[in-house]
Amino acid sequence: MKRTHRLRWQAAAIMTVAAVAVAACSSNSSSSSSSGSSSSSSSSALTASAPGITPTTITIGSHQPLTGPVAPGYDEIAPASTAYFNYVNAHGGVYGRKIVYKYLNDAYDPTTTASVVRQLVLQDNVYAVFNGLGTPTHLAAVSFLNSEKVPDLFVASGCECWDQPSLYPETFGWQLDYVREGKILGQYVAQHFKGKKIGYFYQNDEFGMDGVKGLNYEIPSSMVVSKQSYVTTNVNIAPQVAALRASGAQVVVAFSVPAFTALLKLYGLKLGFSPTLVVSDVNNDVYTLDGLLEAFAKQNGATVNGSQLTDGIITDDYLPTLADTSNSWTALFKMIHDQYDAKEPWDGNAYYGEAVAYTFVQAMLKAGRNPTRADLVSAVEGGLPQGPMVAPFAYGMDNHDGVTGAFMAVMNNGGLTQEGSVLTTDTTASGAITTYTGTEQQAPASGIPSP
Amino acid sequence: MTMQTLPRRLGVAVLVALIVGFLSIKLNAFRDYQIAEVAYEVTAVAGLTVLTGLSGQISLGNGAFMAIGGYTTALLLLHLSWPFVAALVVSAAVAAAAGAIVGVAAARLRGPYLAGATLLLGVALPSVAYAWPGVFGGDQGLNVAFTTPAFLGATFPLTRWQAWVSAAVALVTLVLLANLCYSRIGRNWRAVRDDEVAAALDGVNVAVTRILAFVVSAVCAGLAGSLLAIVTSLVAPGAFTITLSIALLTAAVIGGLGSLPGALWGSLVIVLVPTYVTDVATSHGLSSSVGSNIPIAAYGVVLILVMLLFPQGIQGGLRRLLTAFTGPDPKTRTWYGASAAPVTPPADDASASQHEKEGTS
Repeated sequence: MKRTHRLRWQAAAIMTVAAVAVAACSSNSSSSSSSGSSSSSSSSALTASAPGITPTTITIGSHQPLTGPVAPGYDEIAPASTAYFNYVNAHGGVYGRKIVYKYLNDAYDPTTTASVVRQLVLQDNVYAVFNGLGTPTHLAAVSFLNSEKVPDLFVASGCECWDQPSLYPETFGWQLDYVREGKILGQYVAQHFKGKKIGYFYQNDEFGMDGVKGLNYEIPSSMVVSKQSYVTTNVNIAPQVAALRASGAQVVVAFSVPAFTALLKLYGLKLGFSPTLVVSDVNNDVYTLDGLLEAFAKQNGATVNGSQLTDGIITDDYLPTLADTSNSWTALFKMIHDQYDAKEPWDGNAYYGEAVAYTFVQAMLKAGRNPTRADLVSAVEGGLPQGPMVAPFAYGMDNHDGVTGAFMAVMNNGGLTQEGSVLTTDTTASGAITTYTGTEQQAPASGIPSP
Repeated sequence: MTMQTLPRRLGVAVLVALIVGFLSIKLNAFRDYQIAEVAYEVTAVAGLTVLTGLSGQISLGNGAFMAIGGYTTALLLLHLSWPFVAALVVSAAVAAAAGAIVGVAAARLRGPYLAGATLLLGVALPSVAYAWPGVFGGDQGLNVAFTTPAFLGATFPLTRWQAWVSAAVALVTLVLLANLCYSRIGRNWRAVRDDEVAAALDGVNVAVTRILAFVVSAVCAGLAGSLLAIVTSLVAPGAFTITLSIALLTAAVIGGLGSLPGALWGSLVIVLVPTYVTDVATSHGLSSSVGSNIPIAAYGVVLILVMLLFPQGIQGGLRRLLTAFTGPDPKTRTWYGASAAPVTPPADDASASQHEKEGTS
C-alpha cells in the first residue's frame, strides 16, 4: 500500500516536472535566410577562396536570441540585416556573390551559444560570424572563433572586451562601446546636473561595469550617492530601487537592458520615486521600451501609457534617429525595410540591423573579389568609412573598437530628439570628449556601399 | 543475473567505446562536439536516474553540483595549470562533499519538501558566482583552456579529443554505477525506496543509505560539470540555470527512471532533438517567428508522446517491445529499467512478469 502511494506521488511529481520542463526548457532553434531573387551575374574570376565562399555565395552565420526573455525587440535585428542583404543580393550582390545569412537561436544562453556557434563553423562552414548578439553569450564563443581563425565581425554588444587585438585578433566591435558611452553620458550629467545627487543603476556584468567605468571618469565621486546593481536572473529589483530612493538620488544613470530599465521606472512609480533618468543607448529603441513598460504594468494589473512614461528620459545614440526622415540613411533603410522586412516593425532595432549589415557589405567589398578570411580582417583593420554612423570608426591594426562617438538625445513621444552635436572620445580616463567636426556621410544613391 | 557480470559490462563498454571512436572519426567536427555534449549529459543523468529511480529521492538541483564540478575544474586549470585528470578527480571530490552536505538535509525530507529544497539549491548556488566576481568571473564566467595532447599531432581535431575524453569518462562512470547498483549498496537503495521501515528492520541504515545515494549522484554531476567546462571551454552562471537541472530530470524520465541505458536514450533526445528539428525547420524555409519556436514545441511534443506511449520511459518501452516479440526471458531481465519506473504499469502480461521477477530478485 505504501509503495503504491509513493509510486503515485512520484508519478505525479514526474509528470509535473515534465510539464514544467516543456514550458521552461528553451532549446536552440534557428532561422536562416537565403537570398531573394536570383539574378545571374557570371564572372569567370570568382573562386571558392575561403570556407563559406563559393563562386556564387558568401555564407555567414550568427547567434541571436530569437526566443526567451531578451528576445522581444532584439529578435528584429537579424531579420533586418537579412532584409539589407537581400536588397544587396537583388542588386548584384557582393562582386556577384549572394550573401546567405544563417542565424541560429541561442535564447541568450551561453551554453547554447557555444553549441550553435560550433555548428555554424564546424558543420555549416560559415565564412565569418557576424553580429553575434550579447556580452555573456558571445564571450562563450569568442575563444573558439579566434582559435579557428574565423572572422568575428561587429559583435552586437558594446563590451570593451572585443577590443583586444592581441588576444582576439579576429574579433571586432561595431556599436559604441560602453566605456565611451559612459564618458559621454557622464559628462552630460556632470555638466547639466551640477550639485544634484546622482545614483547609478547597472547590470552586474561587463556591460554595466564598463559603463560605470566611463561614468566614473566624468562624474565626480562626491556627486554619487548610491550605486545599485542587478543580475538579469533576478527580476525583483525592489530593494535596489528602494535604496536609490533612500539615498535621495535626484538623477539615476542606468546601464541596464530595456526590461530592467522598465522595471526601474515601474518600481520607482510604485514607491513614489521619479528621478530624472539617464539611460544607456541599448534602451533607445523607445518603441520596445514603451511596450515593455505597458506589458509589465499589465502583468501587475495596472495600465500605463508607455510613451508618457518614457518622455524626458535622457539617452544617446550613434545612428541617425528614426524621426529624422530627411536623413538619407533613414530614408534608405526605411525603403528597404518596407520592401524586404515589412512584417517586422520599423523601429530602432530594425535600423540597427540594416546599418550593421551595411557596414559588413562595406567590409566585404573592401576585402576583395576572392577574399580569404584573413583578407576580411585586414580590410576592417585598414579602417572603414563611417557610413550611417554619426561618428567615425576606431578600426585599426591595434584597435578593434567600433564607432567612437554619439549625440545626446531625449525620448519624446515614442521617439528620440537629438540634443546638441555629436561627441567623440576614446576609452581612457584622460581622453577628452570633443565635438565631432567632420561631415556626416550621405547614403549612396544605389543603397550599396562602393568598394 | 549471471549474464550481468563484470566482464559482460566491460564488454559492452568496450563495444560502445569502439562505436564512439568510429563515429567520431567518420562524422564531422560538429558531430564530435555533440558526442561530447551527450557524454557529459549522460554522466549527469546516470547519477540522477540512480538517485531518483533506485533510492527514490528526487533532485531538482543537480545542475548545482554540475556548477561545482565545472567551476572547480576551471579554477584548477586556470590558476594551478593542473592536468585535466587531476582536476576531474578533485572536482568529483568537491562535488561529493557538497552532495554529502545536501544529502544530510535531504535524508530528513520527503516528497515535495525534498523537491523544493533541491530546487532551491539549483536556483541559488549558481548565483554565488555573482557574489565573488573576482574569483568566479561574475556573469562572464571563466574561460577554460583545453588543448589536444602533443602526442596526437598538431592536426588532430580538438572536438574529437573532447569527444573521446568525455565519452571515456562517461563510460567509466556508467560501468562503475552499474556495479554499484548490483552491489549490496544498490540492494539497500532499492530496499529503502520500496519500504523504509522494512529496510530498517532488516538492518539497513536508512539515513546513511539515502545520503550515499546523494553523494553518488553529486559525484556524477560533478564529473559532468567538469566535462562541460572543457567541452564548451567556458563556465558561466548562465550555463547552470534551473533549466539545466530540469533538463537532466527530463532526460532521466524520458529515458526510463532508474535505467542506465535509459540515461543514454534520454541524453540523446535532449541533445539531438532540438538540433535536428532546427535543421528541418530551417530547410523548409519557415518564417523566423515560426521557425524559432518550432523546436521548443517539437521538444514538448516528443516529451508528451514518450510519456503517453512509454510511461516507463524509452528503455521501458524497448523492454516491452522486446518482451512482446520474444516472450519474457528472466535471464536477461534486470531490476533496473521498467521495474523501477515511477508509473504503475498497466496490468498486462509484461508488467505482471516484471512484478513476479521483482519478488525474486
